[in-house]
Amino acid sequence: MSELSHATVAELGRLLEAKDVSAVELAQLFLKRIDAHKDLNAFLDVRPEVTLAQARAADERRARGETGPLLGVPIAHKDIFVTRDWCSTASSKILKGYMSPFDATVVANLKEAGMVCLGKLNCDEFAMGSSNENSAYGNVLNPWDKTAVPGGSSGGSSSAVAARIAPVATATDTGGSIREPAAFTGVTGTKPTYGRPSRWGMIAFASSLDTAGLMTRSAEDCALVFGAMLGFDPKDSTSLERPREDFTRSLNDGVKDLRIGVPEEFFGAGLQDDVAVAVRAALTEYEKLGAQLVDISLPNAELGIPVYYVIAPAEASSNLARFDGVRYGHRAADFAGLPDMIKKSRSEGFGAEPKRRILVGTYVLSHGYYDAYFIKAMKVRRLIADDFQRAFTQCDVIASPVTTSVAFGFGEKASDPVAMYLADLYTVPGSLAGIPSMSIPCGFGKKGRPVGLQLMTNYFEEAKMLGIAHAYQQATDWHRRVPEGY
Amino acid sequence: MLTAADVRRIAHLARIEITAEQTQATLAQLNDIFAMIEQMQRVNTDGVEPMAHPLGGRQRLRDDVVTESDQRDENMKNAPDQADGLFLVPRVIE
Repeated sequence: MSELSHATVAELGRLLEAKDVSAVELAQLFLKRIDAHKDLNAFLDVRPEVTLAQARAADERRARGETGPLLGVPIAHKDIFVTRDWCSTASSKILKGYMSPFDATVVANLKEAGMVCLGKLNCDEFAMGSSNENSAYGNVLNPWDKTAVPGGSSGGSSSAVAARIAPVATATDTGGSIREPAAFTGVTGTKPTYGRPSRWGMIAFASSLDTAGLMTRSAEDCALVFGAMLGFDPKDSTSLERPREDFTRSLNDGVKDLRIGVPEEFFGAGLQDDVAVAVRAALTEYEKLGAQLVDISLPNAELGIPVYYVIAPAEASSNLARFDGVRYGHRAADFAGLPDMIKKSRSEGFGAEPKRRILVGTYVLSHGYYDAYFIKAMKVRRLIADDFQRAFTQCDVIASPVTTSVAFGFGEKASDPVAMYLADLYTVPGSLAGIPSMSIPCGFGKKGRPVGLQLMTNYFEEAKMLGIAHAYQQATDWHRRVPEGY
Repeated sequence: MLTAADVRRIAHLARIEITAEQTQATLAQLNDIFAMIEQMQRVNTDGVEPMAHPLGGRQRLRDDVVTESDQRDENMKNAPDQADGLFLVPRVIE
């Protein structure tokens, strides 16, 4: 059975289609693996009876003659997406035990396509973090090396897909929360254009940046699942009115004569040698496949972190104001009157990082500082986005490292917020611009820990980007490597 | 540079309790973060339009019609305290 757990979504879909396996058998297999690898702490809520009921429903749909590449394939959801049948906590104590009255649009879309939910995945509290150490429900371990972080904020998603305890997982990216954990765990992590996936039912962190995406074992798998997951949603005010797409259409386009932009700013001081070597080797592989490398410049990209740490906390302070202990969520036991109840409930319910960001956000939005910080950051954000548009006149895709180093150890950055924030140095610029970007495994660095290659394309070019990644994955097998013991 | 008084003021605005002992540590962390943020001040942004949405999205309007059925019970099932279909809070008017 272990080979089945190593299969891709594409392969599982074909096996289901051929009736070589049933959805119920797949659900049982992965539920068993989740249980066997509980020490990873990737899952926060597993309810086998609900999963098996969904699997039986998928098998019945097939029995009635329905087909589809995802019908009966298991998936797990990051605990940022609300679900009717599993708790939805954003890994925060303030939402402990919360049962949503509805499914997030992303969850509903995938259920409609017949995907079977395995449960909810751990993450940094409210998706704020780069190591998963900010979860109120404990650290998630990296299956490649249990002393290393799995990245964050989608650390449960990355760990689960790397350990093959889920064939695919949803994730969310605000400043790098899909790509950084994907790089740290050797999986394929993809963020589409901002506004393509619905934010309805995604517990809000920074609304102008929050983007749903996926952790998968291959670019092909991502293309298959994106087809069912992305689309216009009238319930999300910033959802883009674009028709549904077949994201597999460019998978076999190859990279002949493709111009790959290499931004010098992403290879400067701070980039560790082991990561640089693996990324350069990946670029050489692309040249062998017929692509050409073009030097480009993204001069304002280095301001991404300062800009992000104004905009994201500002939006977070506003979004998290809804937690007041009145309608849902934690309410303090002892208080003196309503204002005190709200203050105590928030102070007990939020962990250190959300509190820190709420304070930063409150400050930059407060009277006298709004123009100097918030408006200034929105202006520099445009300069960063403009840099990308200039670069895309010279190249078809941009390639860079995802992170400056391989996965760091637990506790290494936990006491220094700014050092932790710099983990997203190369991913934040693409988030601010809102362009599609992804991390694909491209080798191993120090201590045998995985390295990721970042690809970024222009708005709405997800299919092209996935095709570029697929070409690399046809020529290499980094994405097929499995950590020992899984 | 922020001061301890700034930290107490924004904590109150954000309805976050910070003890006297936490104030100094929080102040130090916030000043580290703002020292990093200050880097963006060196760029000239005269005449640059602030960017709120990556693709300049406009706010859509929908027809003003009822689209949801009554789900009061569902929507109240997570309330910490309720009675007769109402959210309960401590008395605010004596």
